[in-house]
Amino acid sequence: MSRVGKIARRSFLIGSAALVGGVAFGAWYVGRPAPNPLKPGQGEAAFNPFVMISKDQITLIAPRAEMGQGVSTTWASLIAEELDVDLDQVTVLHGPAAKAYYNSALMGEVLPDKGYDRSNFQHKLGDVLGHVGKVFDMQLTGGSSSMKDGYTRMREAGASARETLKEAAARQLGVKRNQLKTERAQVIAPNGTKLSYRDLAVAAADIEPIEAALKPRSEWRLLGKDQPRVDMVGKVTGTSEFGIDVRLPGMKFASVRMNPRLGGGMKHLDASDAQSMPGVEKIVDLGDGVAVVANNTWLAVQALDAIEVEWGDAPYPPESVAMFDAIRAAFEAEPNSTLRDDGDADAVPAGATLLEAEYEVPYLSHATMEPMNATALYTGDRLQIWAGNQAPTFFQSKCAEAVGLETEAVEVNVTYLGGGYGRRLEFDYGVIASKVAKAMQGTPVQVTWSREEDMAHGMFRPGAVARFKGAVQDGKAVTLDSRIAAQSVTQSMMMRLIGSPGAGPDKVHVEGAFNQPYAIPNYRTRGYLAQMDLPVGSWRSVGNSFNGFFTESFIDEMAIAAGRDPLEFRLELTEPEWAPAANVLKQVREMSGWTGKTPEGVGRGVAMSYSFGTPVAEVIEVVDEDGSIRIARAWIAADMGLVLDRRNTEAQMFGGMAFGLSAACFGEITFADGMVEQMNFPDYDSVRMHTMPKTEVALLETQEHMGGAGEPGTPPAAAALANAIFDLTGQRPRRLPLMHDFDLLI
Amino acid sequence: MSTTLKVNGKTHAVDLPDDVPLLWVLRDEIGLTGTKFGCGVASCGACTVHIDGEAVRSCQVPLSDVWGDVTTIEGVGTPDALAAIQQAWIKNQVAQCGYCQSGQIMQAASLLAENPTPTDAEIDDAMQGNLCRCGTYPRIRAAIHDAATLMQEA
Ligand code: FES
Ligand code: FES
Repeated sequence: MSRVGKIARRSFLIGSAALVGGVAFGAWYVGRPAPNPLKPGQGEAAFNPFVMISKDQITLIAPRAEMGQGVSTTWASLIAEELDVDLDQVTVLHGPAAKAYYNSALMGEVLPDKGYDRSNFQHKLGDVLGHVGKVFDMQLTGGSSSMKDGYTRMREAGASARETLKEAAARQLGVKRNQLKTERAQVIAPNGTKLSYRDLAVAAADIEPIEAALKPRSEWRLLGKDQPRVDMVGKVTGTSEFGIDVRLPGMKFASVRMNPRLGGGMKHLDASDAQSMPGVEKIVDLGDGVAVVANNTWLAVQALDAIEVEWGDAPYPPESVAMFDAIRAAFEAEPNSTLRDDGDADAVPAGATLLEAEYEVPYLSHATMEPMNATALYTGDRLQIWAGNQAPTFFQSKCAEAVGLETEAVEVNVTYLGGGYGRRLEFDYGVIASKVAKAMQGTPVQVTWSREEDMAHGMFRPGAVARFKGAVQDGKAVTLDSRIAAQSVTQSMMMRLIGSPGAGPDKVHVEGAFNQPYAIPNYRTRGYLAQMDLPVGSWRSVGNSFNGFFTESFIDEMAIAAGRDPLEFRLELTEPEWAPAANVLKQVREMSGWTGKTPEGVGRGVAMSYSFGTPVAEVIEVVDEDGSIRIARAWIAADMGLVLDRRNTEAQMFGGMAFGLSAACFGEITFADGMVEQMNFPDYDSVRMHTMPKTEVALLETQEHMGGAGEPGTPPAAAALANAIFDLTGQRPRRLPLMHDFDLLI
Repeated sequence: MSTTLKVNGKTHAVDLPDDVPLLWVLRDEIGLTGTKFGCGVASCGACTVHIDGEAVRSCQVPLSDVWGDVTTIEGVGTPDALAAIQQAWIKNQVAQCGYCQSGQIMQAASLLAENPTPTDAEIDDAMQGNLCRCGTYPRIRAAIHDAATLMQEA
């Protein structure tokens, strides 16, 4: 093992910390221990921040946001596999906001390499860099990183707890630890005596943690097999608690209205009519918006409608056209990044066919089914807050700041998320609830946004423009030169989090463009950042969400210009570069029975995107139905190296694709007079039961490294659809949403 | 002015203005939070409940207009006593974020009550008002077919 590797390994495993009533150890250190966030009571032992065993129960902690991706189940399975317990014997909880739950894999993604060609050494470097995650207090669920992050750490946590429990049993029985077995939360002695983990917990707490080798894959009982999701029964009986379902004694219901010109101030507020409306208890002037506290959410919204506000101007160009002018103007400045520059992209190979194209995609809303909301109770020296959130440690410090408390005085309770998709990485809705709670000291308040408020106050996926140049010769791609202009998600988020945009090349901005596994001799990607004071944020797959569409549309144009079958063209480009990318293409070719030919009235398109460590190929079939275009069928193949739960991962794939198709067909946030023009779902439609294609998913395990699952299904979706529409109509879609240029079935 | 309402077999006296939608009576007054708020304008189906067995968008029914007995997801089955349709949902591991699923199940239950063996086209027709941003549609469809079989056997 390299020196770097040793350091990385050691820093994860060394050390233990004694706590009142127990011991916490292992698995989360970076040189110096973070405080263990679980404070065990009498008779309980916190084995590390992920396992807690008491006389009555075994609790596994999944400090990741459950927003539908099944993370709590798979995370718990990692621990349970090594601990030798079954999921029906444990309770799975979201962890409290705590530094010990930093996300190392996500920060590892910061390395500006292409990802797929990382050597083992670079992977180790990525791990070490991942420690920065702790320094930034990053407990967050995003970047499709949870399984990469937890895969080794959680199994180690389980193994260590198991061996320590065995040691406790060994001492009690007077036998050697290696004579003992474990099964279903029990230690079994050679003579058949069984000791339950729960009875051994307190004794085990006095023992130095013991490291253990991990089980080989061939011995896995849980991992790699479909596990019933631990959140499923609650979600089909209406008993799961989402943020909006929190109910506290004496709780009031509030709603909020912020300046529809995002970030503009408030000049004048007249709430005299609202004050006396039914159910209204208090009007709260937030400085940049207003909240009404009532005895019912709907009554609060009615009262908001009766409030007259004179709003300040938008700090950004007020019309969409002017915004896109500003985005295009970014091409005139120096690029922020040139993260790939293979060969000579400026040279024109003699005899080559040249192509140029410009593509445009709109701003997008996350439109989570559960509108933004948070519940808070402020008692003067303490703030408790309940919300679905993907980054609770940031959430905690920002809410603390909003009410003038120390971070430690704020308790964040993470509920289920009624959709996240990146929107709940933000803290704006928590800050608003905290301020309203401060105005209602001693009374818990739930602040729920109307759908209209939610849609108008997003942290939008930025609108983006791409300019591509390419050359094909003798049926092959020789040059791919892409330039991407948009506001920077990274800078916008950094501004909100730490008040500074950060420096250096923005990798996220060009991911999905610069790092595609295509062997094209002249391959360059440059990123251009548009400056505008409109908040933009992470939207499922972030930069890949637009770069996947841009790149895979242009690759298709190149294939057509080269007179080649678009799938074979891609296969030839991926095979010499990275086999797993070729493998997913072959897989969809086989599943879809791709021949390159379609009957009259049917069109097929293919796209392949590599994102978050996972290559995904999608084939989409569209049919002409009395002049309307129906998305009839889809085939998806993904290779994430190791599939921990196939059924759940399949759902992430077709769900991710549906999310991409919804946006491709119908999604856009546009501005007029500084205000978002879309108000509610009728203006922001999605794929529905009758417009969702019949879909097949294949999951491969041919690559060496472990890739993500929550996002990679999204990037190829729009391009596969656009390419299919081109195949059907002969008209090349170069802007989204497609509903403006094509008659889509709705 | 108090209005009387029968929900899941239990009578509630509610003291709220007449125009408050049933959704907000259920959620904020009676404390039945299984019924969800998604849009408030009849475009997502998250708030679907039954009134006298018929699927309705509770965000569109003012308190004073509630014309019959209300059934919410909590009245369909509980974690300890699951209804066949809920079992079918679990068997197919339908839910992702889960937020839309109460409404999906209530809509599907009323479809199955009227039409015990719906075809794919009939499912398309009945379910297209129920949005799922997570895209769980293929499994909702499979679960409806399974529920149909389970209910026939019962
Ligand atoms: S909340 Fe009633 S249909 Fe959306
Ligand atoms: S499961 Fe998330 S919206 Fe349907």
